[in-house]
This record gives sequence, structure tokens and C-alpha cells, in this order.
Amino acid sequence: METNSAPLLKLQGIKKDFNGNQVLADINLELGKGEVLGLCGENGAGKSTLMKILFGAADITETGGYSGDIYLDGQKVSFETPFEAIEAGIGMVHQEFSLIPGFDATENILLNREPEKYSFISEIFGDRLNTLDRKKMDERSAEAVEKMGVAIDRHMMINSMPVGHKQFTEIARELSKDQLKLLILDEPTAVLTEREAEALLASIKGMSERGISVIFITHRLQEVLTVCDTVAVLRDGVLVECTPASETDEARITKSMVGRSIMGVAGSDDASEQPDAPTILSIEKLWVDMPGETVRNVSLDVKEGEILGIGGLAGQGKLGIPNGIMGLYEAGGTVTFEGRQIPLNNPRICLDSSFAFVSEDRRRVGLLLDESLEWNISFPAMQIQNKFLKSYLGGLIKWRDEKAIRELTEKYIEELQIRCTGTKQNARQLSGGNQQKVCLAKAFALQPRLLFVSEPTRGIDVGAKALVLNALKKFNKESGTTVVMVSSELQELRQTCDRIAIVSGGRISGILPSSAPMEEFGTLMLKDVV
Amino acid sequence: MKKINLRQASVPIMFIIICAICIPLSGLSPKMLVNEIVTRMGRNAFLILSLLIPIMAGMGLNFGMTLGAMAAEIALILVCDWQIVSVPGMILAAIISVPISVLLGIFCGKILNRAKGREMITSYIMAFFVNGIYQLIVLYLMGSVIPIKHSTIKLPRGYGIRNTVSLLSMRQKLDNMLAVTIGGVKIPVLTFIIIAVMCLVIVWFRRTKLGQDMRAVGQDMEVARDAGINVERTRIISIVISTVLAGLGMIIYLQNMGNIATYTAHSQIGMFCIAALLVGGASVDKASIGNVFLGVVLFHTMFIVAPRAGAYITGDSMIGEYFRVFVSYAVITVALIMYETNKRRAKSAASQRLQEEQDAESPAGGENS
Amino acid sequence: MEESITFKDRIKDSVAEFGLPRLIITGFLVLLLIMAPFVGADLPTQISNIINRFSWNGILVLAMVPMVHSGCGLNFGLPLGIISGLLGATMSIELGFTGAMSFVAAILIATPFALVFGMLYGWLLNKIKGGEMMIATYVGFSSVSLMCMMWLVLPYSSPNMVWGLAGKGLRTTISLEGYFDQALAGIAQINIGNISIPTGTLLFFALLAFAIWAFLHTKTGTAMTAVGSNPAFAKAAGVNVDRIRMLSVVMSTWLAAVGILVYEQGFGFIQLYMAPFYMALPAVSAILIGGASVNKASIMNVIVGTILFQGIVTMTPTVMNNMIHMDMSEVIRIIASMGMILFALTRKTEGSR
Repeated sequence: METNSAPLLKLQGIKKDFNGNQVLADINLELGKGEVLGLCGENGAGKSTLMKILFGAADITETGGYSGDIYLDGQKVSFETPFEAIEAGIGMVHQEFSLIPGFDATENILLNREPEKYSFISEIFGDRLNTLDRKKMDERSAEAVEKMGVAIDRHMMINSMPVGHKQFTEIARELSKDQLKLLILDEPTAVLTEREAEALLASIKGMSERGISVIFITHRLQEVLTVCDTVAVLRDGVLVECTPASETDEARITKSMVGRSIMGVAGSDDASEQPDAPTILSIEKLWVDMPGETVRNVSLDVKEGEILGIGGLAGQGKLGIPNGIMGLYEAGGTVTFEGRQIPLNNPRICLDSSFAFVSEDRRRVGLLLDESLEWNISFPAMQIQNKFLKSYLGGLIKWRDEKAIRELTEKYIEELQIRCTGTKQNARQLSGGNQQKVCLAKAFALQPRLLFVSEPTRGIDVGAKALVLNALKKFNKESGTTVVMVSSELQELRQTCDRIAIVSGGRISGILPSSAPMEEFGTLMLKDVV
Repeated sequence: MKKINLRQASVPIMFIIICAICIPLSGLSPKMLVNEIVTRMGRNAFLILSLLIPIMAGMGLNFGMTLGAMAAEIALILVCDWQIVSVPGMILAAIISVPISVLLGIFCGKILNRAKGREMITSYIMAFFVNGIYQLIVLYLMGSVIPIKHSTIKLPRGYGIRNTVSLLSMRQKLDNMLAVTIGGVKIPVLTFIIIAVMCLVIVWFRRTKLGQDMRAVGQDMEVARDAGINVERTRIISIVISTVLAGLGMIIYLQNMGNIATYTAHSQIGMFCIAALLVGGASVDKASIGNVFLGVVLFHTMFIVAPRAGAYITGDSMIGEYFRVFVSYAVITVALIMYETNKRRAKSAASQRLQEEQDAESPAGGENS
Repeated sequence: MEESITFKDRIKDSVAEFGLPRLIITGFLVLLLIMAPFVGADLPTQISNIINRFSWNGILVLAMVPMVHSGCGLNFGLPLGIISGLLGATMSIELGFTGAMSFVAAILIATPFALVFGMLYGWLLNKIKGGEMMIATYVGFSSVSLMCMMWLVLPYSSPNMVWGLAGKGLRTTISLEGYFDQALAGIAQINIGNISIPTGTLLFFALLAFAIWAFLHTKTGTAMTAVGSNPAFAKAAGVNVDRIRMLSVVMSTWLAAVGILVYEQGFGFIQLYMAPFYMALPAVSAILIGGASVNKASIMNVIVGTILFQGIVTMTPTVMNNMIHMDMSEVIRIIASMGMILFALTRKTEGSR
């Protein structure tokens, strides 16, 4: 009670960089006991990094920690592991569930904190041979669920629960910890139905009344305004706004999230909408079942020779569009290319129709990590177009043309400035940016008519970013290839593309020229957010 | 859920049918048959129980249970040489086998922790590897480095153990204690009591904190780790327990047999125990005590009657011998295939559900935009 | 100073890369070769033995390569291919072929069996991606025990093959004298003193090894390697992953069928019933000793591995016997080969972690 005057949580000058990439710059925040803080910002604005620092996540400590001070209850703290953070009274509900599927809610709520009954055997073999006190477990979980204020079946197995109840089970688990002072909820309403979301908001209010502080991360601004005392907005690692919820509104928050007053580059300098250009690709009523990036009923026309950007927040479905069209995830709908209908769910036919795709998942889909650059760059062109093959015995045997492959690889190494020891180096040994260039080279080697590029600059440094984007523009100009570029970085899309379609809630919420003001993009992004 | 249960039950049902066909053909009297099954129940049930705990910890069928069996054989050979007879000898053998089993179990557990996701093939190769070391000890070191006094168990060349070591002094000493004969069927009551106690221990174990942790680790290692459970240690403990129990089970098994086939007794034990458990309706990730007993009855009934029935049908007793070997392997193969396809089925079912949701939603969305 | 550190590190790295077990095994063989003359073993005879055993076993080890390349893992299901070979051998004799002709006939007859079995096996392995090795092992076991019954039941009647008394059911061991005993080894055999080199068999191995090497350079072969390296990449590049895997399994199975026939022509006998049971394990450990891993293997690995493995098999009995008067070869072979497989199985997880 002595600490009543000091805020529960105080962040002072928090800074963090990953290999020289500044992701958080001088964050100062205060949160009182029982207060609810709404944290907003685009993906990559630094929200999750900030929360990870607070929670002592391993990827923070492994990358050199952070600078600045965190005070909890007036005491300076610095957590090396999540366990220390939990011990100190911080609870976090992640977006991915951390639940044992074959256990019921009660067992999950008390996982590894089960009340035990003493037995003499444990004197010899250690505490782990105490039996569980099922009755007490039941009481404790009932208590936690009651605290949460949302009724869930405590004896239902997790794997037969609707997804919303899993979320509530996680929240109840945090609430069952007696020391809990601060609860972090990372986009908890994304998986909830409307009624469940309402129940959660009521529950957050209840927690706040009990003196538990809450940090609530969400893209649904209406929820923020309903439940939070304070709204904080992060943009590019900077805390741009921190105001009482009563003094702000949706429009203002949106503006803070996307507006870049300083570097407000008004679109691509050479952007040119070509309203007369013929439609080369027409997508109608496309749905894609890509986990976490579901696409619902998308219709979109791509014009010949343009660079079309697809933007939107993470998880809204923008990645699902190229992945679905290219046949990597189950999809339905109609896709027409140059007047011919392209059957879905067959990567081969897409490639044969001279599409190419640079996947957002470089390491898993984009590259043969344990093979040479030569293989990585030439493989699709060899398989699809029979390039780089030499025929023997009158075409009976087709061998790899090692010389042609090496020349091709050398050409792209030079053109894209891929930093490597030679054409025979394994892709695994390259840095992220250079790996991305290899992925581009692989697609360029196919000489496609239509190129899908997904998150081309994700996780690469600034220099490489510029190079990659310029290479894309140049390729589009010189070979006349139509490019569809998907990216979470709006600024980058505006610099590169002619038109930008924004995806929200799995649907196209609007298409704007890249010179349109940032606020308009922001509004579209949050339109149908799930 | 129901569908999976039917798939689960399909193996026991198939075996009931095989047994139903073979029993009349074998020409065995019911009394003989019951006698045999009761004997084999006492002989094998404990060994099979040792498989349950690694399954609970998500490590699959522990082909490495052979390690415990080898520990037990070494212990029995030593006790035999020291001429400690009857039940005290068995107790001493058990006491000697436990530390050896624990060491082997820790070794095996550590190796399996480095081969997550392919525990079964690794534990299977592990059994071969340790068999090599076992041979090194028994065939070369015993008598030359480890003192063996009695020439009855030593090879004539002066070191190494004979192919067969007689356990006459212990033969069925445990089984005969408190034995009751009902209608010509001898029931080894004490052995059954030991097995029953073991079942109770397993039931109790499932309710302990450690048991709960093992179930958690078995279902999702990452979640368990995030909750602060020491995943690696828990997995090692499960293998250690399994190895120790297999060792004790092997002592019960060998006292019933009355001799040790020094170089072959353990080699098939793992396979037959696993096959029996699977015949009882267990799967790679789920097994109960009920599966153990149903499995022993069905599998060994088949084992007893198949050669005779085969001989009756074809006039060649070898056919039946090969048939039962084939069936043992086939059962394991089918169980493994079912386990892997079930895993994939669960995945595709999830994506199918998503699709249906979208299909239902897609036309509705179409009207809106 | 800095250089010396990097040099040390490099040695450490290359040891880690090469693997401690492999280093021990190689060192052990080198030691055996050095010791051989001192303990009175006849080195030329030993080397001749190694060459001969290499020629028998090489193709069985080669049979591992396609499946490793396509990511199906080590082919513990080798016995399935061996059974196809055994069917070819016995039917060739049954049909009355003799001499070298019976070898050709055996391969021709074994081929359709290998193709059919391989396709079924490949279809199964495509259904259970990720669990290949364990299931492969038991598919091998099941098929061997099923064939045990078949050898008794199938209507063979050649008096050279069936049990004399019963007049039916194949014998456990069938002599190949008069059939394809030494069919390949006899071609252009070179005999110098104690050394005899089975030129024909070696050439036959070289031919198949070259064919596999050449195949891996074709478009389809490249696709096979890519499927093994990263199936998601291959799929995104338009490769039909299941079809490539199926092809690799069929190739492995056929090579195993041919491999066992070559083994038999050198050994001089057909071994039936439980004999093929554990034949996968020596082949698996040989290729691993040669430097392969669960998902990478080359022709060089096959050659080096077979020589090292067979070297240990042939050298240990004589050298050890002469040295300490104990024949520990069997035990050493088991520990070395199983240790090698264990090492390979535990390694990949470590790398990807």
C-alpha cells in the first residue's frame, strides 16, 4: 500500500535494436494500478517487441537485450526469462494458444501449478510423486473462471472447445496466478465472436476493478475506446500518442497509426495509373484456406504492365491471395489470365502459364537452403521450361548444363549484387537480404509474364530493401512483366506500386492510387478487421 | 470420435476372428488352452506393462525395453553363479538389475531426446546397439574380467557364458508360491498379485504430478516447456521407469521359463510385447491397462493355436510358425501406419472444416460487395 | 596467432562435420591394416577379401541412394527389394535356365516384381510422410515373414531347390553351382598371387553406379534431390513431389533386387526364409560410415562406406584373433554399425534446432 503513489508499471527510455535496426526508440509509458491501456499500431510498429521486453522473452535476451529501465511497483526490474516475469506478477496471453489439447480446461488452467497432496513416497523420490489434489484443482479453476466473469465448461477437453473458449481458458490461467498484477492481452478478440468479444471487454473491466492492470493490444479501435483508460499508439518504434481514451476518437488514432508527417513521401515518383491498359489477370470470388491468412471472396483485376500493391494488416488475408492463386493452399473461385481460365490448386499449371511467385516464407518455401546458389536460381526454370539442359543421344538424355547454370547465376549475382563467396555457396550461409535476392533471381530466371512477390523486404536491412525494390521496378519496366506485390509496409508499397489494394478481414476493402493520403489507407485497413 | 474407436477396435476384432477359426482346428482341449493362457499371462503381463509409461509421455512404443531385459539377464547370470536360489535369488537379481536398468535408461533417454520425432526407430536401433555391448560383456568379459566361478554356465573355452543358462533353482518358484489349482488349471496367485500391484502403481502414477507432467509433455512439448515443465528430464524419467520395469518383468518371465537363452531371450521380447499390446487395441499414442490384458489373451491364444491349426490345414507345422511371426509383424506395421495416417487425417479434417465455413460464407459475402 | 586459432577451429569443425563415430571407425580400420602384417595376417589375402566383399555388397548399399535423395530417409525396407530378387533367382532356376543365362533371366524376372512391390511400397510411404523409416522397417519384416510362408507353399518343383524328402517347399539354402555362381565375378577375373579381383562384378557395380550418378544429373534427378532437400520448395516450383518420391522408392527397390542377385552370384548360394531379415542394417550403416546422412548421400559415400564396412567385417576376425585370441569381430561389427546409425539418427535434429 505504500507504493500507492508510484504507478504499477513505468517504462523509461526503452530502446531496442536488432543488429543495428532500431525497432524501439525511447519509449516512456506509465500505467497505474487497475488501469487499462490500449496499445495500437501497425504490424512492425514495435508493439510485440515492447511486450516481449516486458515479458522477458528469449529472443530479446538472445539479441543483446534492451536499454532503458522498467519499474514494477516502483522497483526496477529486468527479466531474463518469462518465468521471472510471471513470478513478478506479469501475465501474458499470446496470439498462439499455449494449451495441452488432451487436457480439460481445469488441467490447463493449473498446468504445472497443480495443488498436490502430500504422500510419504515423495519423501524418497521427490515432490513430483505427490498426487494431484483434484478437488482443490477444481476449486482453484472455478475461482479463476469466476474472476474472469465469463462462464466456460471447466471439464471440457481443449480439443473439443470452440476457439473462443480456448482463449478464455488462457485468460483464466493467467488469472489463477495469485501474484498477477499486470495482464497483457495480445489481440485477444481476433478469434472471438462478437458476443464473446463483448464478454471479454466486460471481463477486462472486472479485472480492472479488482486492481489488475491490463495492456490490451488490438486493431479494433472501437474496443479500445470502450474499455481502455488510456490509448497509446506506436509507429515505427516511436510512441506517437498517449492520451486518455475520453479525449480521442477512431479517426485520430488511425491518423496517428499510419500518418507520417516527417517522411510523407507522396507515393511513387514515377507511379502511373494506366486506366486504358488491358486487364491481364482477373480474379473473381477467390477464397483461400491459408491458416492465419484466410481470404474470403476477393475479386480483383490486374492490368497489364502495372505494379499492383496489396497491403493490409497481418492476418487479414493479403498473403493468402498469391499463395492461393499459385496453388500452395486450398483455394476456390475463378482466375482468368489473358482470357484463359487458370485451374486452381495446381502450382504446375500456374508456372506453365508463365506466372512466378516469390514466397514470403523464404526459408521454408523460397529456398533450397542446403543447395548451391546455382541450383536455387536455375531450378524452377529448368523444371518448368526445360532451360539449362543439354541433350545427349538425340534428346534421350537431358543433363544439367552446368556451364549455362553458372553463367546465369553469375549474371544475377552481379545484377542484384548478391554478396556471396561464389556460385557454389549454399543458400543457408547467406544473409537474409541476399537470400531474398536469390529468391528474386529464381523468379526472374523464369521470365514470367506475371510475377507475385510476397513480403519482399521482410526481415532484411535497409540497403538490401532499396536494392530489392529497385530491382523489382526495373524488371517491371524492362521486361514489361506485370507485378503483384504484397507487403505489410504501406510506405514501401506507395513507393513502388502504381495502385494499391487494401485487404481487411479477408476482403478487398478498397483500391487507391499510391498517391492517396495515408489516412485513407489507414481507414481501409481497419475497415473490416478481424 | 466414433470412427476412430472403430478403427481402434478393428485389430482386436480381427484377432478374435482368427482365434475363433484356429481354436477348433488346433484340437487343443479347453483345459489345456486355458492353462497355457494363464501361464503366459503371468509370464508376459508385467513386461508389457512396462510399455505404458513411454506411450503416456508421447515417446511411442519403447523398442528399447529390451535394454531392461538385458540388464535382468546379466543380474540373473550373476546371481546364478553366486548360487543364491529360489525367491531370495530373484529378489537379489531384481536389486542388481535396477541400477543397470537405470543407467541404460538414462543413456537411452538422452539419445532419444536428441532424436525427437523419430523416437521409435531410434529406440529400435538402440536395442541393437546395446545388444552388441551386452554380447561384449557376456561373451567376452564374463569369466575373463568379471569373475564367474561355476563351469556349468561358462563356455568350455574358459570365458563367456553358455548359450543356455539353467535357472532350475528358481524355476517357477514365484509362480508356485500360493499357487491354486482350479479345475486342473494352475493359477500362479503370487505372480498375479505382483502384476495387480503393478497395475495399481500405474493407476496411482497417472494421478501424480509426474504422471500429469508426462501426459502434458506427451501431448505438446512446447506448451509444457512454456509452463515450466522440464521436458527433457521428464522424458528421460519415463524411459528409465520403462527400462526398470522391463528388467523386473524379464526376471518374472525367465523364472517361469526356467532357463535363459543367453543370446536370444531378449532379442524378440520387445517385438512380442509390443505386438501383444497393439493386439489389445492400443495405439502408438494411447494405451491402457485393459489393452495389456486383452492383448495378452488374444495374442497368445493366436500364438498357441496357430502352429497346430496351420499343421492341420496344410500338414506342415512350419506354416503356422511362420504365420504367427508374420502376424506379429503385420500387426505392428498396421498400427504404425494407422498412427501416421491418423495424424495426417486430423490435419486435413481441420482444413476441411475451414473450407466448409468459407463456402458457407462466400456466397453471402458475394452479395455484400 | 589468429590464424592458429582458426586452424584449430577448422579442425574441430571438420571433426564435428565428419562425425566422431565415423572417425573412430576409419581410425580403427587403418589400425587394423597397420597391425595386420605384425600379427601374421596375410595382407594380400585380406585386401582380396575386402575387394570381393565390396563387389558383393556394393549394389545393396547403392540401393540406399535414391530414397535418401528424395527425402524418404534410409531404406530400412530393403528386404522388400531383396525378396523381388529372390523371386527372380528361384524362378529363373525353376524355369530351367542355367549358367550365365540364369543370371540374366533372374534379373529380368525380378524386375516386374521389384516394380510392383516398389510402387505399392512407394504409395504407402507417400501416405505416411514423416514416419517413413519405422514403417519401412516393419514393411520389410512383414514381407519377409509373409514370404517365409510363400517359400513353403509356392509350387516350386526343381529338385535342386526343394526339400528332398517332401518334394516340395524350398530349402533354406540353395547352391548356385551350375547356375549363376560367379556369373559376373568370372568375367575377366584377375588372379595375381593371393589376390583375385572379380573384374566383372566390379564393372557391373561401376555401370550401375554410373547410371545412378548420371540420373542424378538429369532434370528428374535434379528434381529428386530438390524434393529431398526441401519438398515445399519443389512443390512451389511445380514438381510433383509424390511422383518423384514414388520413382525413388521403385529405383531403390529394383537396385536391392539386382543387388541381392549380385551378392548371391559372388556368395554362391541363395539364402531364403529369414535370411533377408536383417540385410537392411549393414547396408544402412555402410552408407552412413561412408559419410552420408539421413537426407544426403552420394556415390562416393557408397564406395567409401562399403569398403570401410567390409574392411572391418573381414579384417577384425583375423587380426583380433591373432592379437588377443578372441574372435570379437561380430560384437565389434554390431557396436560399430549400430553406433553409426544411432549417430546419424540423432544428428539431423541437432542441426535444425
